[in-house]
Order: sequence, then C-alpha cells, then structure tokens
Amino acid sequence: MVKITFVDRTGASRQVEADVGSTVMETAIRNGVPGIEAECGGACACATCHVYVAPEWTETVGGPSQMEEDMLDFAFEVRPTSRLSCQIKVTPQLEGLVVTTPAKQG
Amino acid sequence: MAETIATDVVIVGAGPIGLFAVFEFGLLDMKAHLIDILPKVGGQCAELYPEKPIYDIPGFPVITGQDLVENLKRQVAPFAPVYHLNQMVTGLKVLGTAEEPKFQVATDDDLTIETTVVVIAAGGGSFQPKRPPLAGIEAFEGKSVHYAVRKMDAFGGKRVVILGGGDSALDWALNLQPIADRVTLVHRRDAFRAAPHSVNGMRALVAAGKMDFVLGQATALKGENGRLVWATIRKEDGAIIDLPCDDLLAFFGLTMKLGPVADWGLNLHENLIPVDTEKFETSTPGIFAVGDINTYPGKLKLILSGFHEAALAAQKAVHYVFPNKKIVFQYTTSSTSLQKKLGVAG
Repeated sequence: MVKITFVDRTGASRQVEADVGSTVMETAIRNGVPGIEAECGGACACATCHVYVAPEWTETVGGPSQMEEDMLDFAFEVRPTSRLSCQIKVTPQLEGLVVTTPAKQG
Repeated sequence: MAETIATDVVIVGAGPIGLFAVFEFGLLDMKAHLIDILPKVGGQCAELYPEKPIYDIPGFPVITGQDLVENLKRQVAPFAPVYHLNQMVTGLKVLGTAEEPKFQVATDDDLTIETTVVVIAAGGGSFQPKRPPLAGIEAFEGKSVHYAVRKMDAFGGKRVVILGGGDSALDWALNLQPIADRVTLVHRRDAFRAAPHSVNGMRALVAAGKMDFVLGQATALKGENGRLVWATIRKEDGAIIDLPCDDLLAFFGLTMKLGPVADWGLNLHENLIPVDTEKFETSTPGIFAVGDINTYPGKLKLILSGFHEAALAAQKAVHYVFPNKKIVFQYTTSSTSLQKKLGVAG
C-alpha cells in the first residue's frame, strides 16, 4: 500500500491508500475522492481525470505519453504539471504522492 | 416540418445496449425507433473507445468498441430499426395509463413519435460539448460562443477566435479563414491531433499573415448582452492578452451529461434511474431503463449486464404492446418463427 494525497481546489486534502499496480484514478474512484470523473473508465479517452502533480513529484511521476498529451487538449487549464490520473501507475516510489484536482473536469 | 411517427418502442440511446434492445424487442415483434444525440450509432463504444479492446463480451476474447458496434448493427439489421441520429430527446409526455401505456417522445430536431413503451438506454447520459470554465460563458452561448458551426455564413466578416487543437478546431479555422475578417486559433501547445494536411494548411496561412495562432489558453470573456468583444488569453509565456473577438468557437471534445432525462418525472438516484430486476421498469410503467443509466442492488456497469436487462425488459414490454397475445418463450437456435424474423429460416 502506498499513501496518496488528493488536494481539491479549495485546498482541502484527503489521504488514501493505493494498491501498487493500480492507477491514481482508480484509487480516487475507489475512495470516493471528489473532482475525478473518469468518464471513460481509464481508457485515456476523455480527460476527465485530470490532476496537477505537486511540483516536487513531477520528476518521479514523469511526464505524459504522446497519447495522453493529445488527450490533455480536452482538459481545461492545463499546466506543465498536468497529467491524466488514469495514466499514472502506482509504484512504491510514489509513497507520499500529492496531486491536486482542477476546478473543472469536463 | 414536424412529423409524427407511431411505433411500439422508442429506444433512447443507440449504444450497444440500445442496439441489442432492438434485437430482443424485435424477436417479440416490437418495432423500434432509436434516437441518439451523436451523429453515429455506438454510444461510448464508438465515441470514447472505438479502437480500444474490450475483454468481457461473452464469446469474444477480445473485440474493439467499433467492431462490437458493427456486429450489433448487423445483428439487429433484420428488424429494420429506424435510427434518428444527431438529435436529443427533449420531451417525454405520458399519454396513456399504467395499464395501457402510451407516450409521446419529442426531439430537438422537430421529431415527434408516439410509442407504447420507452426504453432508456442512455448510458452515462448524452454526449454534449465540453464547456470551457470561463466565468459567464453561458450568457454568450448561442449568440457569440459556439460549440459547432451550423451556418458558415454567420461568421462572414467576423473576428473569430477558435479554441482547441483537434480536427474540428483546425478544420473550422481553415474553412472560416476565407470568409471571416480574421481567424485566430488558440491552443495550449504547438502540436495538434489533427490531419497533417490541416496542420500544414494552418501553418502556411499563419506564415502568410492571413491567420493568427496564439500559444495559450483562454481565461476570460468580455462583452455585453451576449455579444463578445474580447477573449482574454494567457499565453504560454505567461503574458495576458485580449484578443478582439466577435465569435468564439470552442472545441474541447464531448462530455456526458444526464440531460433532459432528469425532467421526465422519473425517480432518480444519484443521476441514475432505479429499476426493478425482474422487468427493469422505472417508476413510470411502460418506461424501462437498461444499461449504465439504471441502478438496482448489485448493479454492475457492464455491457453484458445491459444485454440481459434489455432481454428481460422486452418480456414485460410485449404485454403492453400486445396485451392479448400469448407469449411463448422460444430459442433462436430451434424456433422457425424466430428464424423467419431473422431472415435465416430455410
């Protein structure tokens, strides 16, 4: 188990336990974290699981793939730290990861 | 021109479950009309993940969303369903009673259908354009903010700002450039998911000074009485600029919204429609809900669950459509009468 913290746009944060091998999106949905819609169910096809990775984590998490970058065009207020959380696989290295959910998903 | 059609069942949503409902209702001689807001059938399978593999359709170790849709279309073709695409069901009026249901279904394309039963197979809701999170954008929608181009002429001589980096954004930038006063394309990065020739065409026009491209994202709209004057853009380098703008086109793809279903007087639970698990009927007799849009204890949002639900809904619906007919359950493998309906009887 790996701890992930989701911060919403108001600054409220909630820490949840994530299974290694699952995705950050799945972790959010399983734990009822608001602000993640994941309309397409994790197919990298909708951009409604958009998150901002905390700056200190961007290097460990890495950047989006080409397909994910294309899909981010459908998200709003995209920043250099933007990722689709369905494309972030939980690994032991992500223990303590912090992501912020955007004001609007879709 | 409004036209009125009469039928046995109107299926709201032409995704995989709506399509398979045609089959199950068809085997019981009920004639179906399908309505979908998308210009094509297939729902999420066709719109969200046409190329993505699905691994849990019984009998198909793996099948793509689009292939499943094509197969279903072929499977239901013998029942000659009537498709009404590119339109949204806006009204559902109860004309009959609980014992003898009858409904009037109306769409935003002036279509009116009288039907004995209704099957709501609307999945996650209707696909609608994503609305950028710009304060007050609602006030401009339909007047100077648009999510589609209906009449190109409307943009003649206008200063048009187009947001997005996909084929829709590029296509309309190129199509409107010759007639608009000025077209400005705004996209968050200098890469596009669009046909290379469109991207090259756009770049050539920009290089020739006939069109503008701004690397950035819209942050605000300014104007009065629904008429835009400025679109505020935060450029990639952080600079904030105001673009003069008469009309703004935003292409950020589609999202699913429950839509008018919420206004049909049905009991709802967290934007889902509760049904029983014997007939998959809603709180209004004669209106069924199948697939992802319904809910009941133990519900799984799986395509295979929706198929099952459609089959059971048909068994109940047939008693409304043909109240005096004795229904005998039959198998397609052995029943000559079912095979006749499928056009395969020897």
